[in-house]
Amino acid sequence: MTAREKVIFEYSRAGRGALDQWPAPVAAAALGDLPAGLRRQRPPLLPEVGELEAVRHFTRLSQLNFSIDTHFYPLGSCTMKYNPKACNQYAMLPEFLARHPLAPESQGQGVLACLYELQEMLQAVSGMEGVALSPMAGAHGEFAGVAMIRAYHRARGDLKRNEIIVPEAAHGTNPATATMCGCVVREIPVTGSGDIDLEALKAVVGPQTAGIMLTNPSTLGVFERSIAAVARIVHEAGGLLYYDGANLNAILGMVRPGDMGFDVIHMNLHKTFSTPHGGGGPGAGAVGVGARLLPFLPVPVVGKAGERYRWLTEADLPQSIGRLSAFMGNTGVLLRAYIYMRMLGREGMRQVGEYATLNANYLLKCLQDAGFDAAYPQRRASHEFIVTLKRQARELNVTAMDFAKRLLDYGFHAPTTYFPLLVPECLLIEPTETETKDTLDAFVAAMVRIQGEAEHEPSRVTSAPHTMPVRRLDDVRAARQLDLTWKPTAQP
Amino acid sequence: MSKVPADLRYTKSHEWVRSLADGTVEIGITDHAQHALGDLVFVEVPEAGRSVKADEPCAVVESVKAASDVYAPLAGEITAGNPQLAAEPEVVNGDPYGAGWLMRLRPAPGALAAAALLSAAQYQQLLDSEGD
Amino acid sequence: MAFIPHTAADVAAMLAAIGVARIEDLFAEIPPELRVKSLAGVPEALNEMEIGRLMSARARADGIALSFLGAGAYEHHIPAAVWAITTRGEFYSAYTPYQAEASQGTLQLIYEFQSMIAGLTGMEVANASMYDGASATAEAALMAVRANRKSRSARILVPQTLHPHYRQVAVTTASNQGLKFEELPYGTHDGITAADALARYEGQDVTALVIQQPNFFGRLEEVDALTDWAHARGILVIAVVNPTSLALLKPPGEWGARGADIAVGEGQPLGVPLSSGGPYFGFMTTRMEYVRQMPGRIVGRTVDSTGREGFTLTLQAREQHIRRARATSNICTNQGLLMTAATVYLSLLGPQGLMRTAAAAHARTRELVTALTRVAGVRAAFAAPCFHEAVLQLDRPVAPVLEALAVRGILGGLDLAGYYPELGHALLVCATETKTSADIERYRSVLTEAMQSVRAA
Repeated sequence: MTAREKVIFEYSRAGRGALDQWPAPVAAAALGDLPAGLRRQRPPLLPEVGELEAVRHFTRLSQLNFSIDTHFYPLGSCTMKYNPKACNQYAMLPEFLARHPLAPESQGQGVLACLYELQEMLQAVSGMEGVALSPMAGAHGEFAGVAMIRAYHRARGDLKRNEIIVPEAAHGTNPATATMCGCVVREIPVTGSGDIDLEALKAVVGPQTAGIMLTNPSTLGVFERSIAAVARIVHEAGGLLYYDGANLNAILGMVRPGDMGFDVIHMNLHKTFSTPHGGGGPGAGAVGVGARLLPFLPVPVVGKAGERYRWLTEADLPQSIGRLSAFMGNTGVLLRAYIYMRMLGREGMRQVGEYATLNANYLLKCLQDAGFDAAYPQRRASHEFIVTLKRQARELNVTAMDFAKRLLDYGFHAPTTYFPLLVPECLLIEPTETETKDTLDAFVAAMVRIQGEAEHEPSRVTSAPHTMPVRRLDDVRAARQLDLTWKPTAQP
Repeated sequence: MSKVPADLRYTKSHEWVRSLADGTVEIGITDHAQHALGDLVFVEVPEAGRSVKADEPCAVVESVKAASDVYAPLAGEITAGNPQLAAEPEVVNGDPYGAGWLMRLRPAPGALAAAALLSAAQYQQLLDSEGD
Repeated sequence: MAFIPHTAADVAAMLAAIGVARIEDLFAEIPPELRVKSLAGVPEALNEMEIGRLMSARARADGIALSFLGAGAYEHHIPAAVWAITTRGEFYSAYTPYQAEASQGTLQLIYEFQSMIAGLTGMEVANASMYDGASATAEAALMAVRANRKSRSARILVPQTLHPHYRQVAVTTASNQGLKFEELPYGTHDGITAADALARYEGQDVTALVIQQPNFFGRLEEVDALTDWAHARGILVIAVVNPTSLALLKPPGEWGARGADIAVGEGQPLGVPLSSGGPYFGFMTTRMEYVRQMPGRIVGRTVDSTGREGFTLTLQAREQHIRRARATSNICTNQGLLMTAATVYLSLLGPQGLMRTAAAAHARTRELVTALTRVAGVRAAFAAPCFHEAVLQLDRPVAPVLEALAVRGILGGLDLAGYYPELGHALLVCATETKTSADIERYRSVLTEAMQSVRAA
């Protein structure tokens, strides 16, 4: 265990600073026009440290993290694949970084060309008719998608449609998004083999149905085989189909949401197209739509007239749901996705789906052979799968959380735990296509060793992790005695 | 096995109701409910004077893993929220039927009779069927 | 090949272990009629050298102009250490810190960020960031409706001096939930929200008042009077602030007698490159009293099972993965990487460096206005004071003047004709510490020629 890294304020000394970074001081008279009543009286509480101190502090903090660059990170539903260095380097060319969002189109033909071609490629892999890039995360793309569904019904004068159907296994964002769009959520069950219960679906659709939100493959890690029937039932009831692209990596280049009957889709560029997760963002949640929703796309969209690229705004799309960001979404993220897609090319798209599926099925088989229980043993894995530790919890009193924490000691980031909610003691495991067979084998070996520990020395597992910078944290204390900002008086 | 005091009445959503001598009722969440939520970290109670309808969400109990609305078991006017819980939510875990009460309410005329409350035996049956 | 490391022997061994002959067999559950027929819209692959050449050519085509554009995105010097740290793989390629023990770096950094943003705004608590300043403003309006229990109207007063794009994003984001945004006019002579515009709301149920400081024109609003007016009527105050300006200007936590209730803003000026509009980050702060109504990630300091200090996500019961349809927002993440950059930036600048930056930007803008108003046909639209932006009034249409400037490599500012037609030929200009006296002189001299080349109206 390493020494605690101080909070940066604890390094602070009055009068110290990274002076080489600062502009020259200006005479006090230059500020004389600012009314005293609107001026700040006391300087803000910020640290006063030198450049080297800051660099060391943040470098040390970075070393306390697991990341894709340092560890296998099989977090289910998050697609933690390698983020190629070229994507970062070429998206950060000085001209791209310096360009102001309101600079004229004449001084942005390079970046606009990239964005336009990205729209085209995303359209091609999703099977949709149009793409907008401005949503800044998956949840933001979901919001845009459901808002478009509402706008579509409203434009037809169909004002009663305010119900969004979601399967009970759905990610929590789906119902939260529906609420943000002013809709009511109807949850429907899935069958024992992981498909949507079609009878339950038929029972809830009607003239109040705005649409249904689905992932396919589902959050259960299996392909929704009855998707064509689902599409027919919802469409016949007058609703639209929303595709949550959380699991697009599984079928990239193999199946297109547009061909499955979806009317609108968001794609997580930070998953499928390998833009960095950045410790929790920025993401990018581009949306694709079929013909019916084209007029409602969020602005701006990149258009092309002859050889010139230009922004399309409300003037071009008067029925647009409007603007979602101050400018053009997370443009720098979009450039990274563009570079990644160009480097993969047509053939690479298909390989992603193929090898993500190969790795997941191999890892599942190895874990099953080692005695672990698959949640859906009769099904093929998609790009991810669920192992349930229900048996271990019952017989050994060792839970999925305990396995997850112990994996950290073995140098593996834990899979997603306790999601989806309807599988008890679950680990949702997504290896991605960029991991070697050797890494997968090493993960299986670690799971086997943890199982052995759970059988013979369970406290070793239930008190894990032992080798991380901290042990298990007191979440109850964190929530009861809220300490959300550093305060000078709170220090010993 | 959760405690279910015989002298209280209950709702299907795991609230309990105690009739007080002054004609008001005291309301809280059951031992089963506090146990299912785990260590509470925050409790929000309604302000005195607020009128509530039956089944209207009027309080929130929150643990690190769940947040749950508490529904008014019957219509009426809130006469008090438990002031201790803002600073000490854990009291609900420790003493759900006593010091951990959430609110007191003066029932609207006829509301007490109209409320479909369960007896202790009926609530115990509900818990048994849910596998408690 | 798609960053896939498998050898032919690996693939053979893996297929054998699974018990299938070909990868294709793994897709047997997918109905054949759904399989992709063509991916013709995707071109053939480029290798790293080829994509490098393509991107470099496109970047060169865009070039780097001498820019006097602001309007919500500001050019500042970014210390070299900021992105050297931020692009370390341990920050760049990590995810949301769900496994706290393996994410203490990101978690502590968020805690430090929250502390710095709270210090800068003078507010009690901050979250781990939002998508951008516009979306943070929209979320603040939604939050105000939850926090203001006395108001039932969901009416939000929004000055026309708030960034026009922020107003649009607020409508897109919140109108589906029944929020009503009502615009407050400004004085065309002074460019600030007219006090008498508030009079008509006397006695009405209003949920919140938005105040942007400095406002879209760079002008300083009478924040104390506006805040006190709102609070006297049970109306919450949402401050929208520029973080650089807070080194000089009264922080929202000190506005009026009680301070703003929610303060948000665009974090881009704190070490984030302009990048055609993103990724940026929004910051969001409030009073402790309202922390459970705040959306987004929040990190708290606690102890581990041995009593050792550590950091963890907290107050998660507000969030979508627990509360589902009743969550405060559907937001799942923050703009982690940008927030990381801002935390490094604020550490390197500290209170004094940020003060110098703000003061230099203010001084440069004054110098710019003085220089440009010497050009015939150009005058300042409003009386001072401004922070680091100002509106100029031209005696002829702005668009052709800007085009003439752009040809000479100068981005002269933002034409306000489309946003504020009532201001006539108005031009919003900005200068930060990055502009030198020589830059300003160049603008002045090129503007003189450009004005002559464009006919007066």
